[in-house]
Amino acid sequence: MNKVTTDVLIVGGGPAGMSAAVAASGNDDVRITVVDDNPRIGGQIWRAELGKLKSVEALELLALLDQQWITLVNNASVFSNDGSSVLAETPSGRIQIEYKSLILATGARERLLPFPGWTLPNVLGAAGLQALVKGGLDVQDKRIVVAGTGPLLLVAAEYLTSKGARIVAICEQTTNKKLDRFALGLWRSPSKIVQGISLRSKLRGIPYYRNAWVTKADLQSVTIQHFGQTTDIECDMFACGFHLVPNIELAQLLGCEVADGFVSVDDYQQTSISDVYCAGEPTSIGGVEAAVVEGKIAGFAATGQIIEANSLFRARKKTTAFAKALDQAFELRDELKTLAASSTIVCRCEDVQYGKLTDHDDFRMAKLQTRCGMGACQGRICGAAVEFLFGWKDRSVRPPIFPVKMENL
Amino acid sequence: MSYDVVIVGSGIVGAACAASLSASRLRVLVLDSSGIATGTTAAGMGHIVLMDDSEAQLALTGYSRKLWNTLAQELPADAEYEHCGTIWVAADEDEMNEVRRKQIVYASHGSDAEILDGRALRELEPNLRGGLAGGLLVQDDSVVYQLCATKFLIERAARYGTTIRTGTNVIEISDDGVRLENGEVIAAGVIINAAGVFASELSPELKIVKRKGHLAITERYPNFVRHQLIELGYLKSAHGSDGDSVAFNVQPRITGQILLGSSRQFGVESNQIDFEILKRMTNRAFEYMPDLKTLSTVRVWTGFRPATSDNLPYIGKIPGHENVYAAAGHEGLGITTSLGTAELLTSAILGKKPAIPIEPYLPSRTITEH
Amino acid sequence: MITLTINKISITVDEGTTIAAAILNAGVTAFRKSVTGEPRGAVCGMGICFECRVTIDGIAHQRSCNVIAADGMEVVTDE
Ligand SMILES: Cc1cc2nc3c(=O)[nH]c(=O)nc-3n(C[C@H](O)[C@H](O)[C@H](O)COP(=O)(O)OP(=O)(O)OC[C@H]3O[C@@H](n4cnc5c(N)ncnc54)[C@H](O)[C@@H]3O)c2cc1C
Ligand SMILES: Cc1cc2nc3c(=O)[nH]c(=O)nc-3n(C[C@H](O)[C@H](O)[C@H](O)COP(=O)(O)OP(=O)(O)OC[C@H]3O[C@@H](n4cnc5c(N)ncnc54)[C@H](O)[C@@H]3O)c2cc1C
Ligand code: FES
Repeated sequence: MNKVTTDVLIVGGGPAGMSAAVAASGNDDVRITVVDDNPRIGGQIWRAELGKLKSVEALELLALLDQQWITLVNNASVFSNDGSSVLAETPSGRIQIEYKSLILATGARERLLPFPGWTLPNVLGAAGLQALVKGGLDVQDKRIVVAGTGPLLLVAAEYLTSKGARIVAICEQTTNKKLDRFALGLWRSPSKIVQGISLRSKLRGIPYYRNAWVTKADLQSVTIQHFGQTTDIECDMFACGFHLVPNIELAQLLGCEVADGFVSVDDYQQTSISDVYCAGEPTSIGGVEAAVVEGKIAGFAATGQIIEANSLFRARKKTTAFAKALDQAFELRDELKTLAASSTIVCRCEDVQYGKLTDHDDFRMAKLQTRCGMGACQGRICGAAVEFLFGWKDRSVRPPIFPVKMENL
Repeated sequence: MSYDVVIVGSGIVGAACAASLSASRLRVLVLDSSGIATGTTAAGMGHIVLMDDSEAQLALTGYSRKLWNTLAQELPADAEYEHCGTIWVAADEDEMNEVRRKQIVYASHGSDAEILDGRALRELEPNLRGGLAGGLLVQDDSVVYQLCATKFLIERAARYGTTIRTGTNVIEISDDGVRLENGEVIAAGVIINAAGVFASELSPELKIVKRKGHLAITERYPNFVRHQLIELGYLKSAHGSDGDSVAFNVQPRITGQILLGSSRQFGVESNQIDFEILKRMTNRAFEYMPDLKTLSTVRVWTGFRPATSDNLPYIGKIPGHENVYAAAGHEGLGITTSLGTAELLTSAILGKKPAIPIEPYLPSRTITEH
Repeated sequence: MITLTINKISITVDEGTTIAAAILNAGVTAFRKSVTGEPRGAVCGMGICFECRVTIDGIAHQRSCNVIAADGMEVVTDE
C-alpha cells in the first residue's frame, strides 16, 4: 500500500477545493495535496467536457496549481479516515494520505425524489443529464422535459439546448411569490448561479411553468400537475432534480459537528475538529462564488495566512445571504410528499417500496428491516428522499463511505 | 395490567422466548431500551450451524437447528431462510483428520455429513483456491436474515397477546419485577434477563463479556459462493485463545451478496472499525478465496458477542433468585441457539421436562475461569 | 477516436467520452438489472447513485459515468 504525507490535504477538486489549494500555496512552506474522485479536476460546475476543462476560471486556477508545490490526485475516492490520515481507493490500489490539516471540499449532489416512473431508464437527474452530456452523451434532437426545482433546471436546460436538444418544457415546483422575491433580491448578489435565472432570456420560446411538478412518468411522456390540472407531455428523456444536498459523509465520519444537515464551521471555515476545515457546498448551498470564497478562506486559514483570510469575510457575507435566499426560494412543497404510490420504489439500490417504509418509526429500524439505504449508494439518494418524506435523519456513517474492492479495505 | 412474564431484551433470544411463552398462554411483556433486534442481533451473521466444541454445545445447536428447520416452513420470504449447508474447509491433511473426527461425531448425533476430497470441494465451490485438502459438507445447516426472523418471532408473540414496549430502559431486576428508568415498577411472576451483552449489568451473577467481531458485505455476485464456508481452524479462533483472532468464514446471502467474517477481540469497548484486524480478516479470506479481493465491498460493521467463559449460554434460574431467569450469553451462536433456549426456558418455567437436559446451561453451573 | 465494445458490439467514440455516455450513444438504455429485475440506467452522472453500474473488462459493479472509455475496453450491461 502506498503511503503519502502532506501538510494540507484537500478532499474535492471543485471550485472550493481548487481555490483552497491556490490560497494555501501562498505559504511557500507547505506541501499541498488535492484528491478528487473524478477522472479530471473541476468539480461539478467546471466538469471537464470530453475530458477537457472548458471553464476559463478553472483553467486559470489549474495553471496556478501547476506552478505550485501542489500534488493533484485524480480518480481517488476517499472512503475512510484512520487517525490523522485518510484512505482512498484509486484504480491502482489504495493510498493512505497523512495530513497536518484537512480541508473538506466535497461538494453536493442532486436531490432526487420518488414518483411513479422515476426509476425508468429514460428518467435522469437534471444536473445529472448535463453531467452525462459533458461526458459525451449525444442529445441532438432529443425531446427533453426538465423539471424539479432550483436554478440548475435553467442552467441544465440552456446547456442541453446548446447541445442540440429540444427542451419541451421546464417545470419549476416553487411558487411565483417565492421566485419573485428571490429575483428581487438578486441585484444584491451578482452570482454566477443567478445567470441561470437570467438564462431565461436565452431560453425564450420554451414553455416555462412555475407551480408545476411531475406526478408520474413513463417511457414516452411525463405527467405534470399545474394549477390543479394534469397535462401529459411527450418526450424522449425526462430530467428531474430537486436542488442539491451536501456531501457531508466524510465530515460526519471524522466526527465534525453537523447542524440542519450542513457541516458547522467558524469564521475561518474550521469545523468543530481543529485543523479540519470545510468549504463549499457541505457548509451551505451557495453556488460557485460561495465555494470559491470559502475555499480561499479555508486555504489561507489552514496555512496561517490570517490577514488574507480576514480580508474575505465581507465577500463571504454576501454569498451566505445568497445561500439562504436560494434555500427559501426553492423550498419543497408538501404536495411532493404525496407523489410516491405504495409500490413506488424509494431505495433504488435495494428496491424498497414506499409502502414497506411506512410501517417504521425511524430510519434505523427501516434500514434494518427493509435494507433501505443499505445498498451500493449507501443511502445517498434515498436518504435525502426519506428525510423529506418522513422526516427521518440519519447520523450513522461508517467506513467505507463508498464501496471499495475488498483488497483495498 | 399484570403479567406472568417480563422479558428484558428484544433481540432474537428475547423474541424467541416471548413467542414460545406466549404460545403456552402466558401473558408476556417484552421491554427493550432500544428497538426490536437492534443489539447484537442486528450485527450477526445468521448462520444456523451445528457445532461440537463441547457435548452440550452439540446438543443445543442440534436441537435448535431442528427447531429452525421446522419453523422454516412458516418464515416469511423476507427472513430469507436458505438451506445452503455448511462446508468446513480443510487446508491440509492434519485438518482432514479433524474432518474425519467431526464426521463421526456428527453421525453419532444423527446428523449426516459428507467428507469431500480436494476435487469434490472445488467442484462445489469453484472460487476456493486449488490445493486445499478437502472438507466436510454439513447439509442440514442453513442461513437466515435474522433481523426479519426476529421481527417474525415478535409479531407471532404479539398475536398470542404479548405486549411490546421499546425505548424502555430497565434499571433493576428483582424477584418482584422490574424497575424502569422513569421510576415505574412492573410486577411479574417471572422475569427473564435476555439483555445480551448488557445482561450482567442487570444480573451481576452472570459473567458475560463483550467479544467484538467485524463483518463485511459485498455487492451482489450470484453463485460466487454456494455454501457457508468456514475454515476448520475456526474452532481454534473461536475458542482457542484469549487474544485477537481471525478466521475465514464466508456466507452466501439469498440476494447474491457475500457476507464475510470473522474476527474476535476481547477487551475492546469501541464499536469503531479497526482497520488492522479487518485487514487480517480479509487477508485470511484471500488465502482461501483469492478472487474475493476484487469484489466490491459495500459495508463493514462490528458487533459484540455476549461471551461466557465456557462458551455456553446461561439458560435457567439465576442463583439467589426465586423468579429471575437468564437467557443470555450466547456468544457467536445466539441466532442458532435462540430457538432451543426459548423451548428449554419455557419448559423450566412451566415445570415440564425439557427436550434436552438443561443442566449444562444453568447459571448455577460451576464455571472454571480460564 | 476510441474503439471499444459494448455487449460485444464494436463502437467508436470521441476521446474523453465516459462509458456511460458511450453506452447511451450506442442506444442501450438498460445499464443494469435492479435486485428485483427492473432495467436501470444512469441518473446522477457524477458517481453518486450507482445506477450506471456495468461490467468493464470482466469486473462487475463499475460506475460507468466515472470511467473514461479506452481502446479495447469490453463493456457488458444489464447483468
Ligand atoms: C451534477 C451537478 C452539476 C452542477 N452544475 C452546475 C452548473 O452547471 N452551474 C452552476 O452554477 N452550478 C452547478 N452545480 C452546483 C455546483 O455544485 C456549485 O456551483 C459548485 O460546483 C460547488 O463547488 P464545490 O467545490 O463546493 O463542490 P463540487 O464542485 O461539487 O466539488 C466537489 C468535488 O469533490 C469530489 N468528492 C466528493 N467526495 C469525495 C471523496 N470522498 N473523495 C474524493 N473526492 C470527493 C467530488 O467528486 C467533486 O469533484 C452543479 C451541481 C451538481 C451536483
Ligand atoms: C460478528 C458476529 C457474527 C455472528 N454470527 C452468528 C452466526 O452466524 N450464527 C449465530 O447463531 N450467531 C451469530 N452471532 C451471535 C448472535 O448474533 C448473538 O448471539 C445473538 O444475537 C444474541 O442475541 P440476544 O438476543 O441475546 O442479544 P441482543 O440482540 O443484543 O439483544 C439484547 C437486547 O436487550 C436490550 N437491552 C439491553 N439492556 C437493556 C436494559 N437495561 N433494558 C431494556 N433492554 C435492554 C438491548 O437493547 C437489545 O436489544 C454473531 C455475532 C456477531 C457479533
Ligand atoms: S450515473 Fe449515478 S453513479 Fe453513475
